[in-house]
Amino acid sequence: MDDLYREVIIEHYKNPGYRGSLDPNDITFEDENPLCGDHIKIDLRVGEDGKVTEAAFDGHGCAISQASADLLLESIIGKDVNEIKHLTKTDVMDLLGIELGPVRLKCALLPLKILKAGVYGLGEATDDLLEDGQA
Amino acid sequence: MTIYNVEKIREDFPILGIEINLGIPLVYLDSTATAQKPASVIEAMDDYYRNSNGNIHRGVHYLAERATAMYEGARAKVAAFIGADKPKEVIFTRNATESINLVANTWGRAFLEKGDLVILTEMEHHSNLVPWQMLAEEKGLRLEFIPVTDDGDLDQAVFDQLLEQNPKLVAFVHMSNVLGTINPAKAMIAKAKRAGAITVVDGAQSVPHFAVSVKDLDVDFMAFSAHKMLGPTGVGALYGREELLDKMPPYMGGGDMIRKVSLRSFTPNELPWKFEAGTFCIAEAIGFGAAVDYLSAIGMDDIAEYEHKLVQSAMVKMKTIPGLEIMGEKAAHRGGVISFTLPGIHPHDVAQILDQNGIAVRAGHHCAMPLHDRFRIPASSRASFYLYNTEEEINHLVVSLQKVVKMFS
Ligand SMILES: Cc1ncc(COP(=O)(O)O)c(C=O)c1O
Repeated sequence: MDDLYREVIIEHYKNPGYRGSLDPNDITFEDENPLCGDHIKIDLRVGEDGKVTEAAFDGHGCAISQASADLLLESIIGKDVNEIKHLTKTDVMDLLGIELGPVRLKCALLPLKILKAGVYGLGEATDDLLEDGQA
Repeated sequence: MTIYNVEKIREDFPILGIEINLGIPLVYLDSTATAQKPASVIEAMDDYYRNSNGNIHRGVHYLAERATAMYEGARAKVAAFIGADKPKEVIFTRNATESINLVANTWGRAFLEKGDLVILTEMEHHSNLVPWQMLAEEKGLRLEFIPVTDDGDLDQAVFDQLLEQNPKLVAFVHMSNVLGTINPAKAMIAKAKRAGAITVVDGAQSVPHFAVSVKDLDVDFMAFSAHKMLGPTGVGALYGREELLDKMPPYMGGGDMIRKVSLRSFTPNELPWKFEAGTFCIAEAIGFGAAVDYLSAIGMDDIAEYEHKLVQSAMVKMKTIPGLEIMGEKAAHRGGVISFTLPGIHPHDVAQILDQNGIAVRAGHHCAMPLHDRFRIPASSRASFYLYNTEEEINHLVVSLQKVVKMFS
């Protein structure tokens, strides 16, 4: 019945592996969802070869948004920055492994928007970033 | 006084019998957002469309006349319900929000000038804030705010100081949709009047929950919505004092709001139609009338007393949950709204898990961002009660909240 809060989500919310911040960093971006006050900042360090070596997020919000950030960062370690540009909504949903209604979907997708806005060096995390390719 | 029979009342509300998620009965604790509708309201609108549908104030045929009589009959019921002297002092609008915008755009545009002081409060719903911000920007008005104390009351001492600065308008919420605080409206209006200000009361939460008389309050304008008082969405009302409404320019232009039109000019219609341009929400207005009939038949004093008992009991039971904090818990007078936080658990998660247990509560800032800023929290969860809620539902809420805490501990 409480399947929305799968063990993995609660676990990543309570004991995140990637919470913190990186200073100096190569890529940093933060944004919020004003509707619910979720706020997330993501920092990345990128190696010479263009691959993510370290990642961290900070901020506050619901279990879904925070677990989504943690799972997302875990999944991009060692990935080429250009690969991150191709991540979509579906990738996040696969990581979380749950079905979400439209309101909670926004919470789940906030970290991806922020990550991609940072990678693209954009000024704003828009919904276009949830699709594949350049926004 | 007859015995308050909540089980019998519940039978009047078809939706309260539904189950959500595999046999879990609905526990509806979000009436502050919108109330459920008794069958009599749904049937009144259905009956109108089946037997009386016609456009009002225009035709001379049977249906047009019948529809007009029903629509104006609903206005008279709403007027009587809030103790207005005359039905024409009640303007139908889409909702409380539109009612406030109407005052800002007509009275405000016509009578407020650069530098004029408008007093609002920190506990306003965005609908009694943004229209004044928009007008302030356009006209160069000065906005000042009565602060909210830690207890959840308005700081009357600051209000008194602001009143010495020659305010032109004082607008405030009668009952907060977040804190549940019931503000001392009558005393505040009397003070504002002495200071020479026009008064606007946001009655969106008060009119549905206890007896409110505009005459007793001596207020100039009051806004409220049908959907929060068992009526349909799409209709609300603005009460306005006749002398003021008479002097105000019309709001929207079009059919029905005019008496005479030539190619280059028009003469506005008389009250209240001057403010009701175009074909209005006729069925909804009739449903509004039916909602008022339903509430009156039970009696607003009985409803208020029942809700008071419910919310007192809910507060006591909810406080047994470790770490649970209630916003504005100590307000001097409060209605059936409990906004709360649990340490380390986001309101979205609380609301979602409660939903899985069949309980509908609201999570977020409840259209009162500045108030949440004031209490330095981004969001809260809110349980709100109405005439059809029960003690068993409160028990179910408390047990479910314990589950939430356990999941996150
Ligand atoms: C205190 C208060 N004022 C105004 C409103 C706005 O009501 P509506 O959306 O029906 O215009 C609400 C609705 O939540 C409210 O609670």
